[in-house]
Amino acid sequence: MNVYRPAELDEALERMASRPVGDPLLPVAGGTDLLVHWPQRLDEHERDVLDLQALDDLRGVRWSEDWLELGALASYWDVIVDRRAGEEFPLLARAARQVGAIQIQSRGTWAGNVVNGSPAADGVPVLMAYDAVVVLESRAARRTVPLDAFYTGYRRSVRQESELVVAIRIPRRSHELQQFVKVGPRRAQAIAKVGLAVTRSEAGWRVVAVSVAPTVRRCPTVERRLEVGPPPRSPEDLDEALTADVSPIDDFRSTAHYRSRVLARVLYDAVREDARDDAAPGR
Amino acid sequence: MERLEGLAKLSGAERYVDDLAIEGALWGMTVRSPAPRGRIREVRFDPDIDWSEYVVVDHRDVPGANEVLLIEPDQPILAADRVRHVQEPVVLLAHPSRTAVRRAARGVEVVVDPEPAYLDASVPPRPDQIQRGDDNVLKQLRIEKGDVDAALASAWRVVEGEYRTGAQEHVYIETQGMIAWEEDGVLFVKGSLQCPYYVHKAALRALGRPADRVRVVQAPTGGGFGGKEEYPSMIALHAALLALKAGRPVKIVYDRGEDMAATTKRHPSIVRHRTGVDADGRLVAQDIDVLMDGGAYVTLSPVVLSRGIIHAAGPYQCDNVRIVGRAMLTNSPPHGAFRGFGAPQTHFANERHMDVVADAVGLDPIELRRRNLIAEGGETATGQTISDGVDRVGILDRAVELSGWREKEAAHRELARSDPWIRRGIGLACFHHGAGFTGGGEVMLASRLDVAGLADGRVEVRSANIEMGQGTLTIFTQLAAERLGVDPGAVVIAEADTGRVPDSGPTVASRTAMVVGHLVEEACDDLRARLGHDPGVSGAALRGALVAWHADHAGEELVGHAQYAPPPGVRWDDATYSGDAYAAFGWATYVAEVEVDLRTFGIRVIDFVALQDVGTVLHQTLARGQVQGGVAQGIGWALMEECRWRDGAMVNAQLTNYIVPTSDDLPPIRVAFSETPWAGGPQGAKGLGELPIDGPAPAVLNAVARAVGVSPCEIPLTAERLMELVEGAGSELARSA
Amino acid sequence: MLELAFTLNGRPAALSVNPAARLLDVLRYDLGLTGTKEGCGEGECGACTVWLDGLPADACLVPAYQAAGRDVRTIESVAPERLRPLLASGATQCGACTPGVVMTALWIVENPALLRSHTVRELMAGNICRCTGYDGIIEGVEAAVAERMGTPGGAS
Repeated sequence: MNVYRPAELDEALERMASRPVGDPLLPVAGGTDLLVHWPQRLDEHERDVLDLQALDDLRGVRWSEDWLELGALASYWDVIVDRRAGEEFPLLARAARQVGAIQIQSRGTWAGNVVNGSPAADGVPVLMAYDAVVVLESRAARRTVPLDAFYTGYRRSVRQESELVVAIRIPRRSHELQQFVKVGPRRAQAIAKVGLAVTRSEAGWRVVAVSVAPTVRRCPTVERRLEVGPPPRSPEDLDEALTADVSPIDDFRSTAHYRSRVLARVLYDAVREDARDDAAPGR
Repeated sequence: MERLEGLAKLSGAERYVDDLAIEGALWGMTVRSPAPRGRIREVRFDPDIDWSEYVVVDHRDVPGANEVLLIEPDQPILAADRVRHVQEPVVLLAHPSRTAVRRAARGVEVVVDPEPAYLDASVPPRPDQIQRGDDNVLKQLRIEKGDVDAALASAWRVVEGEYRTGAQEHVYIETQGMIAWEEDGVLFVKGSLQCPYYVHKAALRALGRPADRVRVVQAPTGGGFGGKEEYPSMIALHAALLALKAGRPVKIVYDRGEDMAATTKRHPSIVRHRTGVDADGRLVAQDIDVLMDGGAYVTLSPVVLSRGIIHAAGPYQCDNVRIVGRAMLTNSPPHGAFRGFGAPQTHFANERHMDVVADAVGLDPIELRRRNLIAEGGETATGQTISDGVDRVGILDRAVELSGWREKEAAHRELARSDPWIRRGIGLACFHHGAGFTGGGEVMLASRLDVAGLADGRVEVRSANIEMGQGTLTIFTQLAAERLGVDPGAVVIAEADTGRVPDSGPTVASRTAMVVGHLVEEACDDLRARLGHDPGVSGAALRGALVAWHADHAGEELVGHAQYAPPPGVRWDDATYSGDAYAAFGWATYVAEVEVDLRTFGIRVIDFVALQDVGTVLHQTLARGQVQGGVAQGIGWALMEECRWRDGAMVNAQLTNYIVPTSDDLPPIRVAFSETPWAGGPQGAKGLGELPIDGPAPAVLNAVARAVGVSPCEIPLTAERLMELVEGAGSELARSA
Repeated sequence: MLELAFTLNGRPAALSVNPAARLLDVLRYDLGLTGTKEGCGEGECGACTVWLDGLPADACLVPAYQAAGRDVRTIESVAPERLRPLLASGATQCGACTPGVVMTALWIVENPALLRSHTVRELMAGNICRCTGYDGIIEGVEAAVAERMGTPGGAS
């Protein structure tokens, strides 16, 4: 196992570009997904690693006139303690506080959560509901991909082997409605059984569902229904639209039936005309 | 007195098995069966591994009997030609490098020709699933009093119910671990364990050695809860076999996943009730059927079943009782001891059923309890007369008052009217728990304990009962110090080493303070007597006398002995399962308040009152801690802890997926004690360790039932299960407000 | 082998480690600092909690190479007098979760402003205890915070 720990982004990208195809470096940000059960993951002990922690340029939470930019090494805790983020993008802190507990929040990164691509991800849904954009860099080029176009399938994305996620950008805009719900088996340290992030702004409705499809994803049919249809009067009013957008399964964490019923209920509760911002289930 | 070893634990100085660096030790690992049942056709070793580097042990390396000594000789130390459960140990490996032995373990393939596995104890086995007798029954027991059938036939109302509980994993934060080595012809075993002498006896049987050539030492133990009662014998024998073959020390420490998947869990149960009541709400008949899933080997199932059925009718007076219990053999990993030991299962069923009965007959659940709780002089299901002076109705009333029941009930009704999604409810459970071994068990154990007077004037308590967080070290020190009138600093507790301490019995069954603590006092008295001292002399004078004695008797020991003797008048008949099941009972009423969110069907416990009488409370902080810890485990079992099985294997053997409560999932647990001293216990104390886990599950489910208007009968009551109940109810709860 | 240099309990540490080692392994087996415990290997139980640059982190999830140049503090750096409130409140029973609990607890005590936005229970939720039911821990933390702030008692 070779560990590369570049202090400059160029060097990191150079190393990634010069790997043989099919034998990429393993980029490591906070390690909170990769290191789980590490002693048993003997095969992964053989892989060469790109430790990102010396890339100081990737740290931090940066504000510009139009964007909030989370560097690739920005942790959940970095956002929880950022006052402006708490005011402008409250869902970020709300989601971050429900990731594990302090030990995970201090180390886990938003970029790592995006790249890991779990369908039960905690950071991805709120980023997606805020129209986040993923900034990818390789030795050859830099490009941006909207997060809602980033995933191509279960734990697969448009990221090439030689590309590194260097930042996540969130457009600054005002929201009339923002709601995040994570339904887990307990309050903290939980993997979402089902979840939801909803925003409404001048850009329209964004409804993002968690743990009900192979990837975290937007629900375009639901968004259209909310945009053009009469306000829903019950969770059942949203069933048809949800069925078009999500495909929950039974697994050892929960059932398809529970996921679809509860998703409809929390969605309805989030978007109903007299919704109260502080009354969401969970925190 | 503050917890004796508290600072050592808080500072990280306390050294558990995995903290001990042993010169020249090898790491051991276990290769296990992939199949729930079958014949071992072959064990294949990866030809790319140089096996000469490894110590390899299989069943042929067992010098004595290939059996883990317990109640029956049916469980092998290492499977020989057949397996009966997934994770059954087959081959052991050892190597200086932990990573190498992990890798090597993957390079051993146990090839099993499968046979039909019996995995569902709720249906009778098919002929091709029979593995014991003609019905796979590990044990059957029966309690009978009066004439249940006649009483049911003439009852004013008969109420039936069926209740199910799932397996529960201990999740002691320190996993199983053991070190073995040979020194001067003596095999030493040191590890995380509750019963040094259980391991000792098992080692004698397996290794064919005399008693003085095996020595078992308890290392500081990071949690047990019963999970380290019998299982450590297995891992100790594994470490021992490897150490003997290697000629070097061997350490085995289980990874969490292995620990969860392979070791014992609480017995799953199905309990059915048919209850007859008269027009005044008095119980006239209790007909109870208890079915437990014992897993693949007998282990402790007969005793778990025994305790389960003895408690199954609850703390109530009823003249006609029939309790039939069966423990079934299945091809699950064997189930075993877990705090409560059968009683949580049967108390869950009985107390949930009492609320169902209350609903059916139109009585308030508190009033139903009040009318039926055993009064002084009343008789249990086994015909034991209760005469300990405990005011059980008083406990009920006080718990209800402390919980704010009446005010909360009114507030809950108001909330249900005004809030679209949130419901709250409050529920209770009344229950009891016998302390010490059942019936003649303590007599059979014949526990012995010594207190030695040392040459420097201190005294040393020598017992095999161990500290695993419940406070043994502190309580024994306190009892000895108070009995002898010396400063606690003058008392030392000997390491639980079978080479140094007598067999004072296992650290189980809520017996350590009550039974063994009493022996501490008696041994102190005997020590004083041997000193030839006036019983009134204590303190510095006593210490001075010890110093003087040793000066006059150079090289000799001065030891006070105690041997268990049953309290007078205790009679138990094993043949009819009747009489005095336990020397003493703790009694309790617990009240739980819950909040249910109908959007997610999530349940939270928002208030909890735990009121009990366990005689004199020896140490407030320790006792309170026992109650709070037991309540937390009970709430976890009720709401979130679920073992998920596929083809006989636990598929959620990770802490990420086996959900235990965190600090944010529990309210403050309000604890109160009523103290009615019991003459048979040290300073009037009764056992406490297990009682607290008997009550939370039914109290919580009763609260949910009252919050939402459904009738849950199975735990864990996950959000998914609650949703099924609510939607199945077809009430307006199933639709939005 | 990998050369690792970092600050450990206020002093420089430098040693060669297996590149595949976790910080937990380096602390426990290479450095003999066994106060930090392993309870699950998956970042759930918190028994391995250390401070990494002043924040609680699970050492079982930190690759050793990422400790390079960082400030690491373990239970061994805690002065015994700081443990008194936790001893008095019954915060420890079997002790296996305890060092991790102490590390998180003392972080709260040193950052009492956290309690304007978080409850103690939420902040302690990454430390699983199976023995205490948490009350002894929470009350100990509250007492320690109160002592630190010079205020009597603590809310429960």
